[in-house]
Amino acid sequence: MTILINMLFSFISTVTFSVLTNIPRRAFIASGITGMVGWMTFWFCKNSGISLGFANFLGAFMIGMMSIFFSRKMRMPVTIFNIPSLVPLVPGGPAYMALRQMIQGNVTSGLDNLIIVLITSGAIAIGFMITGLVETILRTLRQNIVRPRQ
Amino acid sequence: MEETDQLLILRTCLIAGKIMMESGSEVYRVEDTIKRIAKNAGIEDIEAYVTATGVIIGSPTIKSSQIVQVTDQSINLEKVAAVNRGSRLFAEGEITLHELYLLLKKAENETPDFPFWWKLIASGFVSATLMIILDGVWFDFIQTFFIGMIGYGIRSIIKEKLHLNFLNDFLAAFVMGAAAILMVRAGMARDINHIIIGAVMPLVPGLAITNSFRDIFTGHLVSGMARGIEALFIAGSIGGGIAVAFNLFF
Repeated sequence: MTILINMLFSFISTVTFSVLTNIPRRAFIASGITGMVGWMTFWFCKNSGISLGFANFLGAFMIGMMSIFFSRKMRMPVTIFNIPSLVPLVPGGPAYMALRQMIQGNVTSGLDNLIIVLITSGAIAIGFMITGLVETILRTLRQNIVRPRQ
Repeated sequence: MEETDQLLILRTCLIAGKIMMESGSEVYRVEDTIKRIAKNAGIEDIEAYVTATGVIIGSPTIKSSQIVQVTDQSINLEKVAAVNRGSRLFAEGEITLHELYLLLKKAENETPDFPFWWKLIASGFVSATLMIILDGVWFDFIQTFFIGMIGYGIRSIIKEKLHLNFLNDFLAAFVMGAAAILMVRAGMARDINHIIIGAVMPLVPGLAITNSFRDIFTGHLVSGMARGIEALFIAGSIGGGIAVAFNLFF
């Protein structure tokens, strides 16, 4: 039941964030699936005891790969699927807790949460870096091998 | 090639770049599109310098360069997709340069935007669903829906009417924080923390974060830094708003 709710709600939240960023309507379902896959990867990793940073990395990596897949299939820019799908992974919780602790004067525990924010966003960045690399490799392959220069 | 043709090529490239930068594309795609249009139209040595706040293009052979300022940042990824599609059609020879120019003009002015109330309801759903999957309680679902909706509405209206860039996030976060605290105090909601975490989600600068990563990784450091700073400032404004609300009402 929890799994179903997580799948459904990550799908809905990605699709509705797509409305806010105004993506083409026919990309809604694809973007929702991308967001769902990214979040479920993160969620399963987190619940099976993998560290938070690595779970975020895997989530961002899956988002990047799914985005590349859909952008090839539907011939649209990759970012259309990237941007809404990323939103559930954004470390809003730790950032908020850092703020809350600092306000109450618990600077140390605030800094703890800030470090979690840094690690999480670093992990997401590395995930995107690797999918960016895959993208570049695919593009070079297509330009140089499939369609050689005259 | 006649001079009017050359000017039309440069102008088409410039409009394509301006539309894409304004609607939230990454720098790599803009430069790629500009160069592809120019090469297919017959200018081989086009140079494009694209930053988050302006586009400069020029060509040594035709001794002409043009510049356009990118001011109005409005997120509309459908425009990016439309320009992308236009430049592909032009590359495949299915439309002429003049048709591409008209298509870009049309994309700039007539691309459908979702009505404001759609966006309001969508922001409510973003808030409420994310609140639940980030371990919130079901009791707060409707409350988070409305708080998120109010916050997004305030932010959009201030942005549209007053053109304030970071103050709108600050005020929206302040109102959301205050609403969450007062509701919990009145016994209408339970978990302040998760309501606020969920409610601010529609304000998250997802586009700035993603584009900043992608720009830096492709070597466009200037735009990447600019967008990273934008994302940091938006996050800081949201945090400041919440902090003020806590200090006043908690």
